[in-house]
Amino acid sequence: MLVLLFILFGAMAIGCGLAVVAQRNPLYSAISLIGVFISLACLYVMLAAPFIAAVQVIVYAGAIMVLVVFVIMLLNIQEEEHRRQRLKFLVPVAVALAAVLIAEVAFILVSVQDSHVMPASATTSDVGVTQSIGTALFTKYLLPFEITSILLLMAIVGAMTLARRGGLLPSRERDTRE
Amino acid sequence: MDAQTAIDIILKFVAITVAFVVVLLVVAYTVLAERRVLGFIQGRLGPNRVGYGGLLQPFADLLKFILKEDIVPDKSTRFVYFLAPVIATMAALMTMIVYPFGPEIRIPFTDIIIPLVVTHFDVGLLYVLGVTSVGVYGIMLAGWSSNNKYSLMGGLRSSAQMISYELALGLSLIGVIILAGTLDLAQIVEMQSGWHGFRWFIFFHPLGFIVYLIAAIAETNRVPFDLPEAETELVAGFHTEYSAMKFALFFLAEYINMFTVSMLATTLFLGGWNVPFLADIFAPGTFLFGFFSALGFLVKVIFFLFLYIWLRGTLPRFRFDQLMNFGWRILLPFALLSIFLTATLVFLFPNLF
Repeated sequence: MLVLLFILFGAMAIGCGLAVVAQRNPLYSAISLIGVFISLACLYVMLAAPFIAAVQVIVYAGAIMVLVVFVIMLLNIQEEEHRRQRLKFLVPVAVALAAVLIAEVAFILVSVQDSHVMPASATTSDVGVTQSIGTALFTKYLLPFEITSILLLMAIVGAMTLARRGGLLPSRERDTRE
Repeated sequence: MDAQTAIDIILKFVAITVAFVVVLLVVAYTVLAERRVLGFIQGRLGPNRVGYGGLLQPFADLLKFILKEDIVPDKSTRFVYFLAPVIATMAALMTMIVYPFGPEIRIPFTDIIIPLVVTHFDVGLLYVLGVTSVGVYGIMLAGWSSNNKYSLMGGLRSSAQMISYELALGLSLIGVIILAGTLDLAQIVEMQSGWHGFRWFIFFHPLGFIVYLIAAIAETNRVPFDLPEAETELVAGFHTEYSAMKFALFFLAEYINMFTVSMLATTLFLGGWNVPFLADIFAPGTFLFGFFSALGFLVKVIFFLFLYIWLRGTLPRFRFDQLMNFGWRILLPFALLSIFLTATLVFLFPNLF
């Protein structure tokens, strides 16, 4: 049963992933990417990590991709016409990088199968459970967590500064002109 | 797969089907109630011809939707056009499986115990938020694929509104999570069963409740936040080009979403199926206790649904810039304040929780 579901969601993820690259219409690519995120979330649930699955759907499918689709809709990008590829020189680079990636994955698979160390208590793992994530975030990894929040805050302030031409603080004059 | 697993799967299917049928029935009669109550508010009768007092009107409407001609715009993006109502309805219905409709019910004279919840999910609350956030694609894609200016405007407005108010909605729920210490909806309800079934989280987290109520109305695109389908500006907004059953699906999704946020409000703030002093009359675990608890849950949900209809009959619509200002500059700071207040409360009186 579990294997069946794994094959189903895995196939969905791979199919949607291929569609992201293959689609000519940017909106179709975005929809396929949402499909990838949702099937990945299903795989996380099967790996007994429901918190990560929920966050995956909320953050990626529910927030980031909404913005991406929003932008595509606003710009009303038409289907990319079949023109001569300008970035032809990148094709061999892509092939080489893909080969490296496949080699890495194969190496990991082989070395995992070779090592006879079983993962510690794989059945009673609480890695993806909300409580353990919270505890880890607010005790062991408190400093990185806080630094990340400050980084995100800086990114937000930076985005606002860039978006509003002429400084972060709104001048009274511009407010009235609006 | 052994026999036990197969039986479990079949039981889950039955439970999901029962939950869906109950929800769809309640939704159908919410539509009727809306039309009747709006009629009374506006000094007219509303539909009262089909069946006794109009009780068969939802089925007549359904028949009409099925039999109507299904018009597909010629220049629409066909696949996405068909996909959009499916996403909207599916995302709306999928949340039904985690709500605790009541405590366990023991069938009289037998030992069969039926839990009135389809499944216990460790992150039930996050699941609800995640699935409803996917529902926004239904509206966005509908607006885009119709190839109509008004539809596109409606879709854009809707997505902007939903991502803005989702933030306030999520933040208003954090106080409840602090109070309960869990994300499992069934456990959150059980946490509220103290004080003779009157230990509702609304008393510890009132500001969050108000923020949630407002943000929930905005999330479901209802008056006074129904900008995506403002008739005076956008014809019918994102569903301008939809007709017959596909329009009915959007209609259905909107009302299921209303029901969903009402159930969430009941579960998180008004004690779920806890009816005050019920445990003093009937022993917990008996059939009558379960029955009246489930009834109490339904009454609380219907109160919220009535509130929605009442608002629709009373309030005018926001302007779009007012909507955005209200969401970001008023609702969001108040949501943050509610978290701060509740966290302080829990910190100062840790014995209370």
